[in-house]
Amino acid sequence: MLTREMREILLTSKETGWVLEPQAKRFFSLAGLEVPRYFLAGQIEEAVRFAKSIGYPVVAKVVSPKVIHKSEKNGVEVGIGNERQLMGTFDRLSKIEGFAGVLIEEMVSGVELIIGAKNDFQFGPVILLGLGGTWAEIYQDVVLRMAPLMQKDIDSMKRCLRARPLLEGYRGAEPVDSEKLNKLLLTLSDLVMSLEHDFESIDLNPVICNSSRCVIADARIMLKNFTISPITTQSHRGEGIF
Amino acid sequence: MDLHGLFKPKNFAVIGISLTNERHPANVIYNKNKFRLRAEVFPVNDRGGLYQGEKVYASILDIPGKIDLAVIATRSEMVPKMVTDSIRAGVKGAVVISGGFAESGNKDLQDRLVSIAKEADFPFIGPNCLGIYSHPFYDTFFIPSERMIRPEKGGVALISQSGGILVDHMVKLAGEGVGLSKAISIGNKALIGEIELLEYFAQDPETNVIAFYIEGFGKREGREFILKAEGCGKPVVALKAGKTPMGIRAVASHTAAMAGDYEVFSSVLAQYGVVEAKDEYELIPFCEVFCCYRGSIGGNIGIITGSGGHGALAVDTCLSHGLSVPALADSDQIEIRQRISPRIQAISSLRNPVDLTGSAVDEDFVNTAKFLSEREEIDCLLILLLPYLPGISSDLGARLSQIYRQTGKPIIAYVPHVDKFMMFVEGFQLNQIPVSHSIEEAVHMAEALRRHQPC
Repeated sequence: MLTREMREILLTSKETGWVLEPQAKRFFSLAGLEVPRYFLAGQIEEAVRFAKSIGYPVVAKVVSPKVIHKSEKNGVEVGIGNERQLMGTFDRLSKIEGFAGVLIEEMVSGVELIIGAKNDFQFGPVILLGLGGTWAEIYQDVVLRMAPLMQKDIDSMKRCLRARPLLEGYRGAEPVDSEKLNKLLLTLSDLVMSLEHDFESIDLNPVICNSSRCVIADARIMLKNFTISPITTQSHRGEGIF
Repeated sequence: MDLHGLFKPKNFAVIGISLTNERHPANVIYNKNKFRLRAEVFPVNDRGGLYQGEKVYASILDIPGKIDLAVIATRSEMVPKMVTDSIRAGVKGAVVISGGFAESGNKDLQDRLVSIAKEADFPFIGPNCLGIYSHPFYDTFFIPSERMIRPEKGGVALISQSGGILVDHMVKLAGEGVGLSKAISIGNKALIGEIELLEYFAQDPETNVIAFYIEGFGKREGREFILKAEGCGKPVVALKAGKTPMGIRAVASHTAAMAGDYEVFSSVLAQYGVVEAKDEYELIPFCEVFCCYRGSIGGNIGIITGSGGHGALAVDTCLSHGLSVPALADSDQIEIRQRISPRIQAISSLRNPVDLTGSAVDEDFVNTAKFLSEREEIDCLLILLLPYLPGISSDLGARLSQIYRQTGKPIIAYVPHVDKFMMFVEGFQLNQIPVSHSIEEAVHMAEALRRHQPC
């Protein structure tokens, strides 16, 4: 199910060892999943032009091969309401190490989930669903299942989450679009099965779900490090995409 | 690979007998099998000679007649030759007790052993293990006879990466009166590991429950294990050691940080209905409950007791484990009231938990259990029995087991385990009703039955 462009994204990221956010988002949008409208701006003028075209508020994120966890480097600004704020933010982000541009995105609101995958040594690809956002690791409200997922696995993942009421519409909120969430999980499951010789872990965090959309607001693919796992290249020679 | 020769050998050779050291593992194994189990066993040592008046063979090839199995306890560097000789002698398999392989850095030696065996399609257990306990045929544990605790013959196959944990759990099984079909310490599991033994015991007619103590799987072996366990048709129970996170790299993603080895293990087991025993206190009761019941249940529990406090504690424990204790409809309560003794009709509490009070007699327990067993909204009965109630007799276990056989609804009993009450305990156990030591354990047993299905 990997298109030529998807393969190319992975190939060109081989050296860094991980796929940066803009390319990762492109990767998942090629797989048929929804990402926010975005633009990678190298210049401040481009950023302003794109923000004007989609309308404020917008999100600005630093793009840098040196920064894996952007929020730890203060590399994300949400709710930018006007041009003046955007220019200030751009200026600040451009000083971060390894700066390679600023990603300008539409703001999406809804329940923040983390959807991820790990290539487990003992069990192979597994999928994770949990309460997402910056504090995902503090809440640790996650459910894991071995891929490939079947619909019953997805149902049980949603059922087993402590945050389940948030998905079902807590205190008058509308429930999240269950079909879109199912599709996202199934697509990721298919993807990791075809990438099982190539990926180490995938974070889609946050995935913002509301009553009509499930949007991958941030994405990162950690690739297998071939220099430290020669067994993979030997025993599965030719099976991987590299 | 055919493992039958490993478990029911007609005779076997113990290779590595010492003529000078009585405590050598080979000598302990030889003696216990010869004198206690009366097995046909031959001593082998490359120097030959006499041991306890018996001829010591210089090689397994010198023993007249056909030998089924080789138990090898020589120095590690001798083992490949002993395996080669065994293959030439037409032996069906081996147990390699000797250490000094991958566990102490000699991976090459272990690999050589594996390739010799694979080429000849020759199964062996180990190395670096206690080996096989296959009552009454033989056992290769180098524990003197007088120190062995032997569980009765029964339905549990116990497979452990650790020999010490295996022996410990055999002691506990014996203490609980839970029977064992085979016990295997797999050590370095160089050739035969959890997956191969799972396949064997899935087919073994003497085994009803397959229990594992697992430290870790090799690359992708967990996936293979779980898919085989799901389709094997018998309850599989697993206790995992090594639950603390380790080896997570500093740059790891959120997912990798939260999906540690143990979290994945535990989740995948649940996903496929393999029952995880969370600690050593769960493994034995889970084996006991699955010896009696092979199926799975929903989460609705009916509780029958003679004490309101026991009922209340059981409800709390059920709820905290995600089980439900559904209230009985008024019409059902009226029905039960008509079936119990007149003297407790006014004082019993029949909503669920059903508290028949300290004045209840056997008949009251039996009639209530029968009624609840026939209710669709109840999946499993917990009977919290207080043997000190004057109206209760030790016949109760046998009578309640009849109800299970008629209705197919699992019953789990709690009886305090003290010498004075063992007759009550056995009344249940000998009639295939599992008995717990505590209210909490009874609830855990019910939870195990519920976990025995894909989550």
